[in-house]
Amino acid sequence: MCDTCGCNVTPGNKHLVEANGKLAWVGKGKTAVDVLQGLLSENDHQAMHNRQHFDKHQVLAINLMSSPGAGKTALLEATIEALQDRYRIAVIEGDLETENDAKRIRAKGVTAIQITTGTACHLDAHMVHDALHNLDLSKLDIVFIENVGNLVCPASFDLGHHRNVTLLSVPEGDDKPAKYPVMFRAADLMLLTKTDLLAVLDDFKPEKAEQYLRNLASEAPVMQVSSRSGEGMQDWLDWLDQELATHRARIQNGEIVRPAIQSDGIRLHATANSPTQHHGPTHRHE
Amino acid sequence: MHELSVCQSLLDQVNTIAAEHHATSIEKIFLQVGPLSGVEPELLQSAFPIARADSIAAGAELVIQQMPIQVRCKTCHAETAAKANRLLCGECGDWQTELLSGDELLLERVEMLT
Ligand SMILES: Nc1nc2c(ncn2[C@@H]2O[C@H](COP(=O)(O)OP(=O)(O)OP(=O)(O)O)[C@@H](O)[C@H]2O)c(=O)[nH]1
Ligand SMILES: [Zn+2]
Ligand SMILES: [Zn+2]
Ligand SMILES: [Zn+2]
Ligand SMILES: [Zn+2]
Repeated sequence: MCDTCGCNVTPGNKHLVEANGKLAWVGKGKTAVDVLQGLLSENDHQAMHNRQHFDKHQVLAINLMSSPGAGKTALLEATIEALQDRYRIAVIEGDLETENDAKRIRAKGVTAIQITTGTACHLDAHMVHDALHNLDLSKLDIVFIENVGNLVCPASFDLGHHRNVTLLSVPEGDDKPAKYPVMFRAADLMLLTKTDLLAVLDDFKPEKAEQYLRNLASEAPVMQVSSRSGEGMQDWLDWLDQELATHRARIQNGEIVRPAIQSDGIRLHATANSPTQHHGPTHRHE
Repeated sequence: MHELSVCQSLLDQVNTIAAEHHATSIEKIFLQVGPLSGVEPELLQSAFPIARADSIAAGAELVIQQMPIQVRCKTCHAETAAKANRLLCGECGDWQTELLSGDELLLERVEMLT
C-alpha cells in the first residue's frame, strides 16, 4: 500500500528495502532511512501547530474517514449545497492519484485544495499544513478534510483537526466496526451512508452496526444519511451546526478541542523519559 | 499501517535519550504495544532493522511487550479483560467502559552502553 509509511514491509520482502537492497529508494539518491524520517512524533507536533491555525480563526476542522467509495465526496457536495449560504466552507482533498474529487468540490463553487499522496494511504499533519498555507482561514468557518479512502491508516494520524467523522456505507456490511476497531473507536460521529440502498439490501441492519460500535465502548452518535435522496441530511447538518457552536464557545474559553479518541490517546507516542525533543515548526504565523 | 514511521520516530526518541546519557551504543529497546494502538508488533519487528541502520542503535534489539486489553466499567466499576472489538464489562456486560490498557505505543526502557 504505502512506501512512505512502510505498510508493505513484510518479512518476505524486507531484504529488498534494507539499506543496500534492491528497492532502497535509490532513485532519490538517499538511503531508506533518510527518506523516511520520523513521521509520528513530528506528526503530533505538527498537528498541534495546525490546530492553532484553525483555532486562531475559530475554524472547525472535520476529518472524514471511510473505505474507498463510501460516499465522502458525495456527502461533501450535498453538504456544501445545503450550507453554502450560511457558512464559508473549504475542503482539503486527500487522494492517491487523481484530482477528480477536488474538481467535483470546485464545481460547487468552493475552494478545494488537492493533496495527492501518491502511494501513501493516509494524510498526515505535514501534508495538511502545506494545504493550510494555501487557504485563507480568516475567511472560513468550516474546513472539511477528506482523508484517503482506507479504514486502517488514517485513524493513527492526528491532522490537527477537531472532529472525526467515520462513514460506513450500507453495501459494505454492518460488521465493519468489529473488523476495524481502531478506526471506529476514533469516530466522534458514525454516519451510515447510502441509506437509500437499505431497501434493496436486506442484510444491513443499522441497529447491528450501532451495536458493533457500542461494543467498542463508543458513545458517538450514529446517523443515517443518503446524499442521493437527501434523507437524513438534516440530522447531519444539525450536528455540524451544534459542533461549530460548541467549538466557538470552547475557543472563547481558551479550551482546545480534539477528536474524542486523541484525548485519551494523547499518551501514545510519548517517551517514558522526557518530553520529546521536537524539531518544532520551522516558522511562526501571525 | 505505518510501522516504519513508528520505528523511525522511536529511534529519534532513543537518540535523544542516548545523547542525554552520552551513550556509545544502544543494546535493547523495550516497547509496550497494545492491540488498539493501530500498530502491528510483527510489522514493527520487521521494519526495525531498516530503521535502525546507520544509527546509534544499529546493533540494538527491539523487545516488544504486547499489552493486554483491560477496561473499567463506568457502571459497576469492575476492571476486566476485553477483546479489541468487544470492550464490554466482563462483570455486568455494560458497554460504557473506559480503556485502562490496550492502546499503548510506549517506549518503556532503553538499554545502552555508556
Ligand atoms: N445510492 C447511493 N450512491 C451513492 C451515495 N453517495 C455516493 N454514492 C455513490 O457511491 C460512489 C462513490 O461515491 P464518492 O462520493 O465518490 O465516494 P468517496 O468516499 O468520496 O470515494 P473515494 O474518495 O474514492 O474514497 C459514487 O458512484 C456515488 O455516486 C448515496 O447516498 N446513495
Ligand atoms: Zn472522494
Ligand atoms: Zn503553519
Ligand atoms: Zn499506511
Ligand atoms: Zn460492569
